[in-house]
Formats: sequence, C-alpha cells, structure tokens
Amino acid sequence: MTTNTSAAHSEVKLKSQPDSMDTFLRGIWQDNPVFVMLLGMCPVLAVTNSVVNALAMGIASLFVLFCSNTLVALLRNFIPKQVRIASYIVIIATFVTVVDYVIQAISLDLYNALGAFIQLIVVNCIILGRAEAFASKNKVGAAMLDALGMGIGFTLALLCLGGVREILGNGTFLGISLFGENFQAWSVMILPPGGFFVLGAWLLLFNWLKERKDMKALSPDLQLAETKN
Amino acid sequence: MATDSMMFVFLNACIINNFVLSSFLGICPFLGVSGKLSTAWNMGLATTFVMFVSSLCAYGINLLLIEFQLEFLRLICYIAVIASAVQLVEMTLKKFSPVLFRALGIFLPLITTNCAILGLALFQTFREYNFLQSVAYSLGAGAGFTLALILMAGLRERLQLSDVPNVSQGAAMSLMLAGLLSLSFMGFAGLGN
Repeated sequence: MTTNTSAAHSEVKLKSQPDSMDTFLRGIWQDNPVFVMLLGMCPVLAVTNSVVNALAMGIASLFVLFCSNTLVALLRNFIPKQVRIASYIVIIATFVTVVDYVIQAISLDLYNALGAFIQLIVVNCIILGRAEAFASKNKVGAAMLDALGMGIGFTLALLCLGGVREILGNGTFLGISLFGENFQAWSVMILPPGGFFVLGAWLLLFNWLKERKDMKALSPDLQLAETKN
Repeated sequence: MATDSMMFVFLNACIINNFVLSSFLGICPFLGVSGKLSTAWNMGLATTFVMFVSSLCAYGINLLLIEFQLEFLRLICYIAVIASAVQLVEMTLKKFSPVLFRALGIFLPLITTNCAILGLALFQTFREYNFLQSVAYSLGAGAGFTLALILMAGLRERLQLSDVPNVSQGAAMSLMLAGLLSLSFMGFAGLGN
C-alpha cells in the first residue's frame, strides 16, 4: 500500500538520521494505521456516525496506545519472550478498563453511544501491533512518540470518516446545522452501509492521488526520453 | 415470536443484526480471509467453534465475578479466557483432527484478536442472557459470521475475473462490496418486531 518512491525515500532518510520527528510523523501520514495499514477497522466503521463519537473514540484509543506502549517499552527487558503477547494483552486490558470507567464518569450519554466498542479497544490490532512491532524493541521515548503519532493518525482517520458521515447523513457538524432546513439528509450514511461506503471512498481517493503522483514522477523521464528521440 | 426465545436470539445474531455487516465486529478477518471460498468456510467454522466455547466460559466466569463482586475485572478475565479457549481449541484439534488443524493453520491463533469473540462475550453479558440464550446467541453469531464471510468470498472470487479500474482494486473495492452486502442485510432490519 505504501508509495514506493516515498517509502524508499523515507528509508534512506531513516538510515541517515533516525530522528524523533520522523518516528512521530510516520504514524500520522506515511503509515497511517487506518488508511495505509488497514488496521483497527471495527471501531473505525462502527463509531464514526458522528464527529463527537469519532473524537471520543480516537482520544480513548490514543490514551490506551500511549500508556500501553510506554509500559511495554519500560518492561521490555523483563517480560519473557514466551508469554509476551499474553502480558501485552493484560497491560492493554488494564488501561482499557481505566478508560471505560473514566468515560462512564464523564459522560453517560457518550458511554451509551459508544457501547461495547470502548471495551473492544482491547482487541484493536493497532495497539497490540505497536506493542509487538515497536514498543518491545525500542526505548521509552521513541515508543511514546510512536504511540502519539499512531494515535493521532488514528484519530484523524476517525474524524475524516465521522465528518463526512455526519455532514451527509445528518446535515450537521458537531451538532451544528450546516445546510438549513431544506437539506434532505442521506440517512444511509449514518446506517452501517454508509460506514463501508465512506471508508471505501476515502481509500479510492488516496489510491487515485497515489496513482497521479506516480504518473507525475514518471512523466519527466518520459518527456526526457522523447526529446532524446 | 417472543424476543427472548432461543430461535429469535439465534436469528437476531445471525441475520437481523449480523455481526459483521450490521455491528461491525470481526472486520479484519472479514476483509483478510475472504479471498477464497474454501479458506472462508474453514475460518468461519473455526471462529464459530471458538465463539461457542468462549461464550460458555464467559457465562461461567461472569457468574463467578458477580458472586465475588469483581465486575471491574470482567474485561481482563474475558480476554484471558478467550486466549486460553483458542489455545485449547488448537490443542484439541491437533490431537483429534490433525487434518482440520492443518487446514486452518495460521487462522487459529489469530482468532484471539478477532473482536467478534470478545464482542459476543460482552454483548451477552450486557443483555443478561441466560445459559440457553447464550448458547443460541453464540451459535447464531458464528453462523452469521460464516455467512458473511462466504458471501464475500463468493463475490470476490467472481470479481477476480472481471475488469475493474486500477484505482479501485484491493481494499477499496472490498469495502464497497461490503457496503452493498450490508445494504442488502438492512432489509432484514425490523424483522420479528
């Protein structure tokens, strides 16, 4: 899924100077967990029928990701290899329980709207994936930055979906009416099929942009070859 | 049909509120393992089996937790139970049916992080299903998951032969298809009310 040229470019960049800014930015754009790696799709589709829900879910996941990545990185030399996945899951489940009770205390409406999906953060592949692929091999600081980048990337993706679905499906953004009374809401966008369609449309858009970029990268060479001929 | 009858619970989980297409649970295997009809079928069977076992275990664990007033440990206990149930299923299959074990291969351990399983355990707790209802619910959810996986795999096998634009290949196309499937399953909404 990654653009070949930019991936190669970033690898060169990583080898020359493994700076922390790059670790942070990777998750937001280049390796966006939702649009590029296609991880954690269940909450992405399920809770994005409004912007508020999407934001709350994003922040909750960011918190769990940050805490678990930090703790896993801290304990990376103490956890035996054979039981590492089980240990990660217990760490993640602990933080999810914390988030679950905090959201319940802050806003019961939000808690009811998100339903079981707060507790299902435990099985979000992004979190376990980052613990296994990054936090268990890197220092605490890097793991924290990685978690922040991935979490913000995830939140942005959720907002992309939530924004489109709320604007089209309800005619509102964050509950504020946008189009006046005559707007006929596309209620299918709020319903489950809308989630699939909007995410599919975003992926189409990114594929199209990537293809155009590749074409542009190719075209100067072509022109050069033509002029030589 | 009474809403708490076993048949209704089964149909509700299987068709009306299909786990994959209406509740968005288990999307990762739905997109990942639906390339071929045979693997989709095997994956569906394995998931159904794990759902059944972990639903029974979750029911028992929940009774224990309520008895000792330890409900805040529910999530941690459930995920531990599911992980061990998957391990158990793996070992049992290896011993009694090596053929099936080889056919399922890598999919078995991956079931642990399938959110449909944990979702099932959580939903049956929230809805306070009794023992028989839990059994019906887990079987219905498994059947619904298998159904969605098979439908998707059939569509994608046909799609491989057709000519689609470059841009829409891969995940984007699968998501659009899933949207259409989900739209058709919306037709069952309101059934039984």
